Amino acid sequence: MIEIKELYKSFNSHQVLSGLNLKIQKGSTCVIIGRSGCGKSVLLKHIVGILRPDSGKVFVDGKDVTSLKDKELNALRLKISIVFQGGALFDSLNVAENVGFGLIEHQHIGHKELMERVRESLALVDLRGVEEMMPSSLSGGMKKRVALARAICIKPDIILYDEPTTGVDPITADSINELIKSLHDKLKVTAVVVTHDMKSAYRVADRIAMMYQGKIIAEGSPQEIQQTQNPVVHQFINGLSQGPITESLG
Amino acid sequence: MISGFLSHIGRMTLSFLFFAGGLANLSGQAIYLSFVPPFHKGRFFEQIKKAGCDSLPIVSLVALFIGFIFALQTAYFMQRIGSEMYIASLVALSIVRELGPVITALVVAGRVGASITAELGSMQVTEQIDALETLASNPIKYLVVPRFLALSIVLPLLTLYADIIGIMGSYIICVFKLGISSSLYLHVTFDALLYKDLFTGLVKTIFFGMLIALVSCYEGFNVEGGAEGVGRATTRSVVFTFIMIIAADCFFTAIFYFIFP
Repeated sequence: MIEIKELYKSFNSHQVLSGLNLKIQKGSTCVIIGRSGCGKSVLLKHIVGILRPDSGKVFVDGKDVTSLKDKELNALRLKISIVFQGGALFDSLNVAENVGFGLIEHQHIGHKELMERVRESLALVDLRGVEEMMPSSLSGGMKKRVALARAICIKPDIILYDEPTTGVDPITADSINELIKSLHDKLKVTAVVVTHDMKSAYRVADRIAMMYQGKIIAEGSPQEIQQTQNPVVHQFINGLSQGPITESLG
Repeated sequence: MISGFLSHIGRMTLSFLFFAGGLANLSGQAIYLSFVPPFHKGRFFEQIKKAGCDSLPIVSLVALFIGFIFALQTAYFMQRIGSEMYIASLVALSIVRELGPVITALVVAGRVGASITAELGSMQVTEQIDALETLASNPIKYLVVPRFLALSIVLPLLTLYADIIGIMGSYIICVFKLGISSSLYLHVTFDALLYKDLFTGLVKTIFFGMLIALVSCYEGFNVEGGAEGVGRATTRSVVFTFIMIIAADCFFTAIFYFIFP
């Protein structure tokens, strides 16, 4: 389970997280929605311990990520994978080395077993025969799939997705949504998906949480969110240009 | 106007302190992590090749021209006082003690340092450094340590090579243009050079190599924004490294002057 308590974070006096609270049940898929730049990715980076909060706590399986020592944090990170918005594949490594990076660095397994795990992970994201290709020769959709394969290769308990469908065409976006759902069903992982794509959110979510002004202002099942009376959530999920979100910006 | 000037001074001071603190922190971690396993041998040798072998052509060219220029410039005055035979000793001492180390360091800073900042900066912008962390790998251990060790080892070797090429350039001018005999040139060169000249020249390049690696990595890690940020960081990296190499050279020259008078 992931539990976030009273999380505060600011960058150069700009308050991004303002006392954020959220609980994500083990094995569920929680989608966090909100406008671009509202701090969704910052929240993910706190869960995996890349960023340290100004105050507040982040518990992952009962361990407080904010106070772990480097060694314990690294052990925890091998149970959490993150799929970055642009894939964040290592330019200097080929697809196989990217996907197997975690295994090469930390599990020291033989080359044959490594390649088996790499192929297995690539097959789960419907990619075959791309092991020797360099990231620069992959399309946007393929990069996202390889990033997904890298995330699942270390067999994590939790996968964090940062805008998985941003920047790809609608068909690729749908296939990525399908992948997220099927990986969740096959691997039984806890998933946190950050997005502003509502179609994607409804497709993959067990629970949806709306982030606004550094806090979670609404949380519920996809049906509950669709029927919400909250004007901020209503404006966002219906993509309206008029409403409390745009009024607050002046 | 005065308050504006003072706030500018304040901002500059803070920015300098931030840079110095960050660099000191990175240096401490890089030195510590150099002795902590796992050792990325493959990445280390890859950096040796990039910083060392790939720099050979430009170092050769620059060192050869420096040798030519220095011999011709020295000849201008030496011929007037009829002491052409001392060109060899003057050139050898200048190249081995000063020009070889500094010019090689500046060339490597411009070629390798800039490329390190641009590479790490792009990695920062595209979240590859965050990805490394989430895969439980320390970015300093994985990215900085191989470059830090490679440059500390490669720069003295490149300098030694540049010294030889520079003296060869001067030899070509003196023997084929000024008519000094080959054996006399070599005799005067080796007669003038002492071990301490070579030692002081090479020791400081170990520190120049460390400086280039640390400043370029630091600037790469601290890139903000997109492509423009990478460009800005690369410029800052080259400018800061140049200034720090010259300042460090001044410091080492003073130290060696008093230790080995």
